[in-house]
Amino acid sequence: MTVLLVALGAAVGAPLRYLTDRAIQARHDTVFPWGTFTVNVAGSAILGFLTGLPTNPALTALIGSGFCGALTTYSTFSYETLRLAQERARFYAVANVTASIVAGLGAAYTGLALAQALTN
Amino acid sequence: MEPATNPVDPDVDPHVPAERREVRPSPRPVLAVISAGGVLGALARYGLQQAFPHRAGQFAWATFAINVSGCLLIGVLMALLNEVWPGRRLVRPFLGVGVLGGFTTFSTYIVDIQQALAAGAARTALAYLAATALAALLAVWTGVTLSMWALRMRPVSREAGGNR
Repeated sequence: MTVLLVALGAAVGAPLRYLTDRAIQARHDTVFPWGTFTVNVAGSAILGFLTGLPTNPALTALIGSGFCGALTTYSTFSYETLRLAQERARFYAVANVTASIVAGLGAAYTGLALAQALTN
Repeated sequence: MEPATNPVDPDVDPHVPAERREVRPSPRPVLAVISAGGVLGALARYGLQQAFPHRAGQFAWATFAINVSGCLLIGVLMALLNEVWPGRRLVRPFLGVGVLGGFTTFSTYIVDIQQALAAGAARTALAYLAATALAALLAVWTGVTLSMWALRMRPVSREAGGNR
């Protein structure tokens, strides 16, 4: 049952990452990978929110492991960073790593705080 | 050096005409294989995380290994796509966007750091943060570099028929 919930969440999360990435990348002309940045920060906010709610194994499987896990990506994030470094856009490569981690943590804490405010 | 046509964004890069076209006229086959690949990748990740759990405050070895190995594999995949399988419409969406995107996770990485900090293990949190980021980059570089090297070692008579 839990496995099915993970699968269901991932079946939605993965194509949503692709569609979001595509929509955002089509709307700017810089080398910075805003599409991946956006899904990673959004997924961190949702997972942070989830961890602030009372424990619910089904919701954790569906939204946490499935949806957020598939919506966010480390492989694309690292590949893009390597490509920026190879394209002599070293500043963007460093900025991508730093900004993604800082914004991801900020988003996760915001999500957590929001969940705690709503459940208290 | 890799060819200049190699996109920065391996998922979709609208500056590359072939990738702009891949969702036209019907994006459904592309979205379907991304979804199926995402399910496979996420289930593999979930299985590994269940098999090797960690308590809050401990180094999340399972997620670390998942993210680093996924980065090694996307390096190998992108080299293969550029050198061996150019023009295959569904390979990158299925394996790259779907399987590896579903397997690796940024949100769990971030929340692992957050939970280690909450458990008072600031050093573990910082070590995990830095080790994942550095090992992932090293892994993707290793994957690309070793694959390109191995592909160039191939005999000249390719199945594609020599010059491309």
